[in-house]
Amino acid sequence: MYADWPLLSLVIWTPILGGILVLFAGDKEPAGARKIALVVSIVTFLLTLPLYTQFNTDTHLMQFVERQDWIAAFNIEYYLGVDGISMPLILLTSFTTVIVIISAWEVIQYRVSQYMAAFLIMEGFMIGTFSSLDAVLFYIFFEAMLIPMFLVIGVWGGANRIYATLKFFLYTFIGSVLMLVALIYMYTQSGSFAIFDFHHLKLSLTEQVLIFLAFLVAFAVKVPMWPVHTWLPDAHVEAPTGGSVILAAIMLKIGGYGFLRFSLPITPDASAELDWLIITMSLTAVVYIGFVALVQRDMKKLIAYSSIAHMGFVTLGFFIVFRIINSGHGDQGAGLALEGGMVQMVSHGFISGALFLCVGVMYDRMHSRQIADYGGVVNTMPVFAAFMVFFAMANAGLPGTSGFVGEFMVILASFKASFWIAFLAALTLILGAAYTLWMVKRVVFGDVANDNVAALTDINRREFLFLAILALAVLGLGLWPDPLVEVMHPTIDNLINHIANSKL
Amino acid sequence: MVSMEFIYLAIPMASLAGAIIAGFFGKQIGRSGAHCVTISGVAVSFILSLLVLNNVAFEGAPIYNQSVYTWMISDGIRFEVGFLIDGLTALMMAVVTGVSLMVHIYTIGYMHDDDGYQRFFSYISLFTFSMLMLVMSNNFLQLFFGWEAVGLVSYLLIGFWFKRETAIYANMKAFLVNRVGDFGFLLGIAVVLMYTGSLDYYEVFDRADALVAATTQVIPGIDWSVITLACILLFIGAMGKSAQVPLHVWLPDSMEGPTPISALIHAATMVTAGIFMVARMSPLFELSSTALSFVIVIGATTAFFMGLIGIVQNDIKRVVAYSTLSQLGYMTVALGASAYSAAIFHLMTHAFFKALLFLAAGSVIIAMHHEQDIRKMGGLKKYMPITYWVSLVGSLALIGFPGTSGYFSKDAILIATKNADVWGADYAYWAVLLGVFVTAFYSFRMFFLVFHGKERMDEHTRSHLHETPPVVTVPLILLAIPSAIIGWFTIETVLFSDFFDQAIVIFEEHGAMAAVAEAFHGPASFVLHGLAPGPTWLAAGGVIAAWIIYLKKPGWAAQIKSKLELPYRILDNKYYFDRFNEIVFAATARAVGQVLWRLGDALMIDGLMVNGSARLVGWISGKLRHVQTGYLNHYAFAMISGLILLLGWVVLG
Repeated sequence: MYADWPLLSLVIWTPILGGILVLFAGDKEPAGARKIALVVSIVTFLLTLPLYTQFNTDTHLMQFVERQDWIAAFNIEYYLGVDGISMPLILLTSFTTVIVIISAWEVIQYRVSQYMAAFLIMEGFMIGTFSSLDAVLFYIFFEAMLIPMFLVIGVWGGANRIYATLKFFLYTFIGSVLMLVALIYMYTQSGSFAIFDFHHLKLSLTEQVLIFLAFLVAFAVKVPMWPVHTWLPDAHVEAPTGGSVILAAIMLKIGGYGFLRFSLPITPDASAELDWLIITMSLTAVVYIGFVALVQRDMKKLIAYSSIAHMGFVTLGFFIVFRIINSGHGDQGAGLALEGGMVQMVSHGFISGALFLCVGVMYDRMHSRQIADYGGVVNTMPVFAAFMVFFAMANAGLPGTSGFVGEFMVILASFKASFWIAFLAALTLILGAAYTLWMVKRVVFGDVANDNVAALTDINRREFLFLAILALAVLGLGLWPDPLVEVMHPTIDNLINHIANSKL
Repeated sequence: MVSMEFIYLAIPMASLAGAIIAGFFGKQIGRSGAHCVTISGVAVSFILSLLVLNNVAFEGAPIYNQSVYTWMISDGIRFEVGFLIDGLTALMMAVVTGVSLMVHIYTIGYMHDDDGYQRFFSYISLFTFSMLMLVMSNNFLQLFFGWEAVGLVSYLLIGFWFKRETAIYANMKAFLVNRVGDFGFLLGIAVVLMYTGSLDYYEVFDRADALVAATTQVIPGIDWSVITLACILLFIGAMGKSAQVPLHVWLPDSMEGPTPISALIHAATMVTAGIFMVARMSPLFELSSTALSFVIVIGATTAFFMGLIGIVQNDIKRVVAYSTLSQLGYMTVALGASAYSAAIFHLMTHAFFKALLFLAAGSVIIAMHHEQDIRKMGGLKKYMPITYWVSLVGSLALIGFPGTSGYFSKDAILIATKNADVWGADYAYWAVLLGVFVTAFYSFRMFFLVFHGKERMDEHTRSHLHETPPVVTVPLILLAIPSAIIGWFTIETVLFSDFFDQAIVIFEEHGAMAAVAEAFHGPASFVLHGLAPGPTWLAAGGVIAAWIIYLKKPGWAAQIKSKLELPYRILDNKYYFDRFNEIVFAATARAVGQVLWRLGDALMIDGLMVNGSARLVGWISGKLRHVQTGYLNHYAFAMISGLILLLGWVVLG
């Protein structure tokens, strides 16, 4: 029944139009704005489900394709489609948005309709980014989603929000400008803005290296990779809970997605040539950032740093493939690495989102994010503590949770690239457990630390709802990742074939 | 007839169901509901495990090796969840569920007044599930799942009394030290996957040649045998879980948890996971004599030196904990000697008598109103006769008194080690032989100090002293029976029949077990053999020494302590492992974190690069502003200068 529906357009424009509707509904009736926002987000989520259920796992070709001329003079098209890489991320986006709307329910009292609208509109832009197959369309969505996020942090953020938003905006903006230059250059070479035309565009090594570096700046900032990561802790600390959740769960993924959609297939030779750079940056993220996370005093900063370390596995998985292919032991492992990076992105969306929500739950009650202000939360919030420990364990990569799957795959695969890469990556087992559990020890366990903790009340039904949904997602993906991994196989296999062939 | 698939699946699921019900609906079902549902679950697991053991051991059931479901397929590699049921698995299942059942019943009494009653039952049932998944696995993925899952439950249970600072420190320490082991373990799994392309045990064992043939350069220029690398990495995992030096530091601290879990997790079952794993991997370890040497040396060091620490401990549970470390060392030595079945045999007998000793210690602790210092006990024999007698049985089994279960398993290890020929076996033999004396000494030091001699407790405690209730003593008696006799009845089946033939591989050149078999002529003559000069005399010497020093001449202990001050201080500080780790690893990690954060992130990246470039732009524009003065002559001058430079460049260039 869905075959003829322009499903992707629907899931892009439903939340955007819904967001505008919420905006016009205004703040006079905040309860109404919340309800409309919730309905829109749920409808959007339901509309994304057929993308999974109707997905054909036998082909690497784009599915649910919509293609129309848009600006014919420059050969720019309204060109949408999804494959095994983008489809899971779209579902993650629509899923997370529902969670964020629920989580903001009574917490946000200031300009409710605008807050809800910002997230709905952002959802549409993010889904647009994942499903655009035209570079200009991609670029527009890519830039546009910054605006609502900028507003979310700037309007509902903390005390130091102006510095954080400026830093966030400049970083991401400078990165994407270079990408625009690269896109326009490739247009001049190919006469088209279709991303697949870029994939097959012959480019010399010099051209590839320059294009690769332009993309690298754009996507490394988004992921974020060390050393362009410092905007993230600041942005997280100032952002309201919902902003942090979307930032961690979805926006960072756009960097990872960009590497797979642009860098690897468009510049395979430069990627192979410069893989040492990405591998070094990724391992630095795992180890260096792991140590930095250990000494954080602000819970949100700690989780932000932990995000950077976990995203290191994504880029590591994507760029060790060249070493695996050239290892002389066959290319088994390359798919494991790429799919591991993908799984890690989805899993990190659940876990980091959940951890930011946990901090939000505590912040709403105590108005502090400082670890030192807590201690013995389990005494007054036992149900919440159970969730917190569960998500912390998932963050530490406990088998049976989703946090294990991606890291496991990438570590196994990286052994094929080099013993030492695997060695350094596997240090996350120790570091990740150390910074997460030390935080849990100081915040959750222990005797009641002070009167504020003694006065805490356990989570209400709404908070229970969104934490439970996320816990089920984390557990489900950890106990049975195949339904997620299965949809990626043809796309990933095709990508490996593509990048194994030199463009030179 | 129910299919075997269903029974195998039901064994772990029964425990899991109990854990879920007690965990999520503890409030609704209440205290008695919680223990009823979890005990029923574990009882089902236990009865079905006995059925499976019977099938495998006596009915000749074929090996079962099937997957339950496909966890994931990626890159053509199948990651399965599945069961492998052979002699080794069946024995482990029976031990795990049997001890667990006893501990469940005992907990009703021990945790009677605790607020977290339901939570405790949920955890120990969850543990039973995890441990069953570990031992029943037919692949490395599920092994790792069970491996870490038992670690999680151990974490939750050590920190069960989460208000105690020492408890929540100990549980974090336990988890992190275990993670160091798991770090090696995971890399070991990665080696196996890379060279064999599979994580299924049988497929890996079939393709083990690929590991033998290959070499790899971990340090450039030095070729390492891949099989040795793989085995040592896997064994590092075992060192974490089975608390071998230097990853043993978490186990004594784990005694912060309630006593039932010290018995179940930190003595009888979880800590033996490493022993089980190496035995399961015998087809790999047999291929590398270097790895076996590594194993035997680590095991011997643990067996002897951790036993020594037991002598100076005064906390009743810590004495038993160090004894556990030492006994795990014995098992590891057996593994290194290629006497895998002897290691598993000792694992089994140890599970019974060590669970018994811990639960007996718990019984003493209940009677003493949670006093754990043995210097404040004494003369408890007349107040607690049942506890006294079962403790005697447990202690005799521990020191290897001829005829008890521990005698059979420990003597088998001693003979095997004597006949082992890997590098390091001689050292190991002396360590385990002298360890017999040490074991006897610390065991009976504790025994005499607790049950005999002067009553050193305060008047209030003494007036309340009485035997613990049946829910505590019945499990003790039920554990005392196998501790006493199970060796006699099972030694032939476990060590010398074909029971483990399909699970454990021993190469002919590793003849330790063959030597044990030669020396064995039935249990009775084995016991008689023990009466000849040898280990048994050493054990007797240990008991007598403890009797003289702590009962007959009570002044001697203090005198010896002051004479041997330096060794005493070293032992009392546990060879300074904890302090070393705190300074070198924990403090350094925090310092590195601070430096990287303050200097790397804040100063270099944010300070210089980010805000610095912002300031640079500001500075340049500040300077450039002065150029735009608005005076016509300044602009004219600039234009002319530019023109001259341009012309010069064109003409001369």
